[in-house]
Amino acid sequence: MTLTWRRVRPVMLPVFGLLVALVFLAPYLVMLLDSLRPGSEALASPPTFLPQHWQLDAYGEILGDSRFQNWLKTSVLVSFASTLIVILVAIPAAYFTARFKFPGKTAFLFLVLVTQMFAPTSLVVGIYREFFELSMVNTYGALILTNAAFNLAFAVWIMHGFFAALPRELEEAAELDGNGRVGTMLRVMLPLTLPGVVTATIFTFIAVWNEYVVALTLMQDDDKKPLTVGISSYVTGYDQNWDQLFAASIVAIVPVVILFAVIEKHLVGGLTAGSVK
Amino acid sequence: MRGRAPWWVALIWLGPALALILGVVIYPAIELVRASTGEYSITGLRRGSAGSDNYADVLSHPALGTVLLNTLIWVAAVVLITVVLSLGLAQFLSKEFFGRRLVRWAVLVPWAASLVITARLFTLIFDYYHGILNVFLTKLHVISEPVDWLGDDTWTMPSMILVGVLVSIPFTAYVLLAGLNSIPDEVHEAARIDGASPWQAYRRVTLPLLRPALLVSAVLNMIYVFNSFPIIWTLNDRNPGYTHDTTITFMYKLAFKSADRDVGMSAAAGVFNVLLILVAVVLYLRLVKWREEEA
Repeated sequence: MTLTWRRVRPVMLPVFGLLVALVFLAPYLVMLLDSLRPGSEALASPPTFLPQHWQLDAYGEILGDSRFQNWLKTSVLVSFASTLIVILVAIPAAYFTARFKFPGKTAFLFLVLVTQMFAPTSLVVGIYREFFELSMVNTYGALILTNAAFNLAFAVWIMHGFFAALPRELEEAAELDGNGRVGTMLRVMLPLTLPGVVTATIFTFIAVWNEYVVALTLMQDDDKKPLTVGISSYVTGYDQNWDQLFAASIVAIVPVVILFAVIEKHLVGGLTAGSVK
Repeated sequence: MRGRAPWWVALIWLGPALALILGVVIYPAIELVRASTGEYSITGLRRGSAGSDNYADVLSHPALGTVLLNTLIWVAAVVLITVVLSLGLAQFLSKEFFGRRLVRWAVLVPWAASLVITARLFTLIFDYYHGILNVFLTKLHVISEPVDWLGDDTWTMPSMILVGVLVSIPFTAYVLLAGLNSIPDEVHEAARIDGASPWQAYRRVTLPLLRPALLVSAVLNMIYVFNSFPIIWTLNDRNPGYTHDTTITFMYKLAFKSADRDVGMSAAAGVFNVLLILVAVVLYLRLVKWREEEA
């Protein structure tokens, strides 16, 4: 029994792995195939798995569509701006909390953790009311700030972990060399925690890129919607352009999946806030 | 830890983060409570105070029982199925085999993809006339005739749960995998030397050691799944009323989709949601024995 398992194992495990991969990828394979055939084929009854006519037309159509260009522009602008704010705000907070004791530290970290748990969903009515009263509904600023605030926590945790792992002597040496506190952080600590910064950057970017409920609520002008909200108008009661919807979805998903795979190793640490070693 | 710092120095370093959290997390929370005691016009202007009427309206809403039951089923089913399947998946992914990297990347895809895009994709996969699922299951003789997965009341919730599980597995499996990797090999070896069968070793040694990771992933999933909006919002889109809504989509519909756009009542429902999440957060903190030194 043991002998046969030993012989079979190098074949069985990869085969099973392939099956597992297929289960997780199958829906997205349907998406890819549907983006490569005329929209009318998605509406065939019964449908076929493989396209009858292979074509790339949908990609050309969406890339030339000014609505799609606007949604893409919003997604790119909001994702970059929110990520930039998160990183600039989270680095000093993560460094300071990892290195110093101060009054209110527990309260601050608790606040950060609660922010992460809440997600904007349950507060969305309050968020809408705030920006309604500030006359900021339909502005990029409102969406950027909301996304930045709710994604701060992951960035703080992940960088906090990286800063805390650096030996204290390193900093003391840097300070003896005449660096101030800010100089020590920027010139000595930050370069050593680069993987943490990269992870936080990519994760935040993806979270903002994929955000839906706040954008759905705040961005009501069609040309200001991000991709997640905008592309659903390719398929409505009147228009049934599934090929365009899925081509747009592929454009929105593929870069993000690749980035996500890059930071795979660090994802768990930031999301479980130091509780799973 | 390097030393102590006075509060005003801390304020300089943490100021921007505090401002962001106070301005866009805490302030909306206060605004939510304020809105829950107000009466609003259909265009969103405040007409005056409503006292506790909005809360009474939520509690006496005819759909409340259904919505609460849906929420319970949705959270319990997704979390339970996710954790059980992820246990197996994590165990499998912890083994060394050819192509493991690629399998791990494939598993990441539903996590990285936007939830609303995945949900939208499933509206076509589940479609009665045009969906590939009916063709597939008919060919395998699992079903004899097509099922209206998203229109038939019996199948709407199970279909949504399936998508919920698919997108929750990656995160859960990754947390459990991290937990598995933290168990030293010597422990498994010791169990083998003591003559434990693989199943015995798993139940008596691995599973107890995996308990912290298991609890953390279960509670975090509870919070994520409870908060989850796009799947139910999208897959349940064409069904009228609140038959398949959870407390989150119920709240959203009250303010933004119902005929009377009742901001006050929606806010009251939102306050209840916030309280429920707070309970879960406190539970999570107790489970991980959260202290700032460890955070």
